[in-house]
Amino acid sequence: MSRPTLLQGGRVIDPSRDLDEPADVLIQDGKITAVGRGLTAPDGAIIRNVNGKIVAPGLVDLHVHLREPGNEDEETVASGARAAAAGGFTAICAMPNTDPVTDNQAAVGFIVRQSGRAGLARVHPIGAVSIGQKGERLAEFGEMVSAGAVAVSDDGKPVVSSHLMRTALEYARTFNLPVADHCEDPALAAGGVMHEGLVSTRLGLKGIPSAAEAVMVARDVVLAELTGGHVHLCHMSCRGSVAIIREAKERGIRVTAEVTPHHLTLTDCACEEYDTHAKMNPPLREAADVAALRGALKEGVIDCIASDHAPHAYDEKEAAFDDAPFGVVGLETAFAVAHTELVESGLFTLPELIRRMSTDPARVFHLSGGGGTLAPGAVADVAVFDTTAKWSVDPATFHSKSRNTPFIGRALTGRAILTIVAGTIVHEL
Amino acid sequence: MSAASILGKDLTGLEHMTPEQIRLILDTAEPFKEVSERPIKKVPALRGKTIVNLFFEASTRTRISFEFAEKRLSADTVNVSATGSSVSKGETLVDTARNLEAMRIDMVVIRHPSSGAAEFLGRRIASNVINAGDGKHEHPTQALLDLLSIRDKHGKIAGLKVCLVGDVLHSRVARSNLWGLTKLGAEVAVCGPWTLMPRGIEELGVRVFGRVEAAIEWGADVLNVLRLQLERMETGFIPSLREYYRVFGVTPERLERSPKPITIMHPGPMNRGVEIDSRVADGPHSIILDQVTNGVAVRMAVLYLLAGGRAELADAAKRGSE
Repeated sequence: MSRPTLLQGGRVIDPSRDLDEPADVLIQDGKITAVGRGLTAPDGAIIRNVNGKIVAPGLVDLHVHLREPGNEDEETVASGARAAAAGGFTAICAMPNTDPVTDNQAAVGFIVRQSGRAGLARVHPIGAVSIGQKGERLAEFGEMVSAGAVAVSDDGKPVVSSHLMRTALEYARTFNLPVADHCEDPALAAGGVMHEGLVSTRLGLKGIPSAAEAVMVARDVVLAELTGGHVHLCHMSCRGSVAIIREAKERGIRVTAEVTPHHLTLTDCACEEYDTHAKMNPPLREAADVAALRGALKEGVIDCIASDHAPHAYDEKEAAFDDAPFGVVGLETAFAVAHTELVESGLFTLPELIRRMSTDPARVFHLSGGGGTLAPGAVADVAVFDTTAKWSVDPATFHSKSRNTPFIGRALTGRAILTIVAGTIVHEL
Repeated sequence: MSAASILGKDLTGLEHMTPEQIRLILDTAEPFKEVSERPIKKVPALRGKTIVNLFFEASTRTRISFEFAEKRLSADTVNVSATGSSVSKGETLVDTARNLEAMRIDMVVIRHPSSGAAEFLGRRIASNVINAGDGKHEHPTQALLDLLSIRDKHGKIAGLKVCLVGDVLHSRVARSNLWGLTKLGAEVAVCGPWTLMPRGIEELGVRVFGRVEAAIEWGADVLNVLRLQLERMETGFIPSLREYYRVFGVTPERLERSPKPITIMHPGPMNRGVEIDSRVADGPHSIILDQVTNGVAVRMAVLYLLAGGRAELADAAKRGSE
């Protein structure tokens, strides 16, 4: 068992208990044992003076793509978990669009074992909704849950068949399992590479209209209402979706939603000069969408921030815009981008941001065994942030194997200086 | 290698060019027109320069026009087409670029199905890059020859009402024309079925008409009729070519509504009886073949200026061979 650790003199923010006060945090045997002032360190304890720093529950990311198995040159479970730890994340949820697809208990168990071997941030597998993510036959949810899956999703692709989505939501109820959907009407989005709007018109690139997302959001909400299942809407990007989710939540439908740091901060203007690092799906949209997403996150209409960390080899992005793959990495910039853009701007308080990046995502996927709280007795998944640290994004310093970020050179404020998983320090700056 | 030119290193589009740069190209094209009228159609302006015509998409008119322009300026040229080259063997655009660069060339003329391909290439190689059409983005030399043809016909561009008719959504010719015309002071409109109008086009300072009749009532001086790609019907943008002709075709009957003659242009190749009626294409106000003639002169001007030639010397360069 790891040595006891005492984090002394920090500002403790624990949204699970509405706590925000100066306090010490004592960690023993992998658990939080005390939060309070003037705690004494047991013999042999690691002591860290975190005066002026923020002590918070470790961040939780419901949406990352690790490329193992299949594309280990771009990311592995271990390198992704290392990047996560560096970003202040103690738990991340890996999407199943690996090669082969994580659509059975053996594949799910492999992710769990690789996560254990890495011993860094926890990696929770998400199983596929359909076998091979082909959108035809349901995967074995029950067995995948037994092996450690925390949700099911065909992310990367939408669940196109409304019948399959209906049965997935119904069947998942047995296991209290969220069904996470990548909302995109494939016919409306076909061939699109960026948001459909003035910028795509000028650049001559085929657009993906906001409606391609909103119509699927509407369908999923209707099916969640029909089935009583829990639908989780991935990476929301447009104001039309926000309006539908707000109305659904008011009616008590079991819907949760996430938004990425890039959709909260960038618009389709980032695609100017055909910058392939601004190419992701769903695409960056307009300023009015960014404003609506920020408002929805603040209100809780959107539950949490998720990175949609999507590593790609550098030379894949070194291509014409049409030919480059969708996706950006985000684990190592997510907190700083959100902190700089949402907290420094005065829109969010720091406890509000930590709630949306830790406590709320842990709740959405019912994560047990660490995450989202510093309550005494809980597993000690803790992050310490220096919210005054100024740094600029240099992809060469990333722990991720990939470098495809739209935030290259961006000046940011705030970063994780210490990350602890189950009482063990997994990252220290 | 490539001397700094008044136009910058590359010609990738008209959107970011100044009106002065556009006028300079048109003015420089004037003395080059005459070269093509000579029995010996050659001047030594680009002697010793190596130019690669890199065509990733089928093209007859544009490729031949560039090739004539290059040869009439005495450049050494190589044509590379996508089929039968390393491109069809899966080579990436960036590798193609690096290999060309390694062969120490001076200029690349590129046609590519992906928007932004010319800019992509231009940022990665030291040679001058000329965009001969990239995806649905721009086709700057086409717009320049259109501008020159309008100026020849009307003696001016500023103040004229010009309407682009047809498939604006998929048209790089439309985008380049829109920038060039607005920069030189023309009033610009677009017209066609709403399925073929790009989102936000009205924010670019143009009028949008749903019907050809409305553009004629607006008082258009020029209709530039865009080619309708025949596959648009298969992909559901229009129900049939027959209906397209009946509703949106530029016909003598529609043009008769105008109290004044309307100049008719088309970038080619034409679908007679679809977007344009043969009687209009072959009629007295059509300048479609003048556009083709001007294409060579405009491309000579672009090549000459990008190679570092000075506009006031274009006449002298021409005389050098006499």
